[in-house]
Amino acid sequence: MSNNEAWGSRVGLILAMAGNAVGLGNFLRFPAQAIQNGGGSFIIPYLVCFLLMGIPLLFVEWSSGRFGGRHGHHSTPFILDSMDKRKFWKYIGVFGIFTNVAVAAYYCYLESWTLSYVWQSITGTFSDMNQEQVAGFFGDYVSLNSYEPIVFWVICLVLNTWILSKGLSGGVEKAAKIGMPLLLIFGAYLAYEAITIKEGVNGAINPGTAGLNFLWTPDFESIWSIKVWLAAAGQVFFTLSLGMGSIQCYASYLKKRDDVALNAMSAGWMNGFVEIVLGSSVLIPIAVGYLGVDQVMEMTKSGGLGLGFMTLPYLFAQWGDVVSVVAGIAWFGLLFFAGITSSLAMGTPLMGFLQDEFGWKRGNSAVAFGFIVFALGLPTVLFFNYGVFDEYDYWAGTVSLVVFALFEIILFAWVFGMDKGWKEINLGADIKVPSIFKFIIKYITPVLLLFVFVMSVPDIWSKITNVDINDAINQATSQADIDELSKKKLFVNISRAGLLLIWLAIAYMVYYAYNKRKKLGQF
Amino acid sequence: MKTDALLMMLITQITVVVITGYFFYRVLTTPPKPDVEEEEQEDVSQHIVE
Repeated sequence: MSNNEAWGSRVGLILAMAGNAVGLGNFLRFPAQAIQNGGGSFIIPYLVCFLLMGIPLLFVEWSSGRFGGRHGHHSTPFILDSMDKRKFWKYIGVFGIFTNVAVAAYYCYLESWTLSYVWQSITGTFSDMNQEQVAGFFGDYVSLNSYEPIVFWVICLVLNTWILSKGLSGGVEKAAKIGMPLLLIFGAYLAYEAITIKEGVNGAINPGTAGLNFLWTPDFESIWSIKVWLAAAGQVFFTLSLGMGSIQCYASYLKKRDDVALNAMSAGWMNGFVEIVLGSSVLIPIAVGYLGVDQVMEMTKSGGLGLGFMTLPYLFAQWGDVVSVVAGIAWFGLLFFAGITSSLAMGTPLMGFLQDEFGWKRGNSAVAFGFIVFALGLPTVLFFNYGVFDEYDYWAGTVSLVVFALFEIILFAWVFGMDKGWKEINLGADIKVPSIFKFIIKYITPVLLLFVFVMSVPDIWSKITNVDINDAINQATSQADIDELSKKKLFVNISRAGLLLIWLAIAYMVYYAYNKRKKLGQF
Repeated sequence: MKTDALLMMLITQITVVVITGYFFYRVLTTPPKPDVEEEEQEDVSQHIVE
């Protein structure tokens, strides 16, 4: 086997883990979710879910990863397999490769937008545009009205592949050591600019603090809403990159007595800092400062992506020639670093699998990841307007995470055994983990995850049966609209079939690798 | 800012900053563990034999 990867330093590992968790969602999704779910009081269910679901799953994923790594496994199929003698677990572990590859397929495209927008900010593309033109630019961009989106997407893929080919300490860790501090500096600069917006200056209709007021005013009634709790649980999942398999993969390169408890807390809370402190202090204060509360409330209904790409470049332009360029570079640069440190983490499980099971060299497995992401991502680029991007996001980036996390917590707490699991969490720990977490991991987290999954079933079913598209077709008044929606339905169904085929292909590779190991007498 | 919004923001953000800072301080001040590479190799060999 050719997998001799290792982390270079503890700080590098934590920054890489934090970089894995910190993504575009910290700056675009979190503030939008908070506004739509009770403002300041959203933080209460958010923190409760962080304590009862986020932290326990971080402990579970870090310690199972280190356990699997000790037995020579660096991807979830065989990490899970090493935790119980029943053979089906390795097929549950397929989710840990599938999710990363499928999410990377659309995430790298999103990442390439940020790189492109850094370039547009430098060249002053948005300086003479009005708000409609900036929004129109984005519409044209995703409609592929020029070659630029493809160019930036390919640059992004090549960059990811190149960094991954340099290995953990020489590539991923270095990228995190550069990217994370820059992200924090850019975030702090933008937060300062946002909070100090003055009413009446540069066209602002509100001070920057009006946005903070809007975001943090608590609506305590909302705490009793199940919808708010589900949104908080979803956000915690999404923001910590739980249920993906990338945390286990990173942790599998730890040594036997390396700490996981303190490392997991440091990376997890660092993500929390970026999300709660920086994420809440940029997008909404700027948007409310120039657009007012009502418009921002309306715009965040569909998430923060529209505000981030279609509105902010125009608002930056109000700050004058020089500051608008600096702010544009800082905002999209920040999103780019948040994105690339996450997409790099998505590459490592597949690479670990190819290196462990098929003896591939690091460079070859990085190139394989690049090509697979290119092939899978092409439909999301070419057919973005037909819902392919959203479909990948729903199945790979949402449903898969919950399913995998539910299985892995059951495996850890009930099959591997909580006593053994607790020893694993505390092995080499540099902090004392409160023993209440033993109870939480065994009883509370699985029940919460099951609740989240069960509550999502009706939504999953309506997705499978294309309820939304069928309703839209039934309500369409012209034949052209019906044709367009039917085409969208076709693309959506093909995407799903494609995702299923990818899952099956990875499962077959796992089956093949297992038989290969069996012949070598390793099982 | 309204008092309840300001309180909510300050309490949350100060809590998050303090906890993050504390864990990072612990990471930076905890001495590294001695290398136990050989012991790990033994463990792996044992597992394969099992």
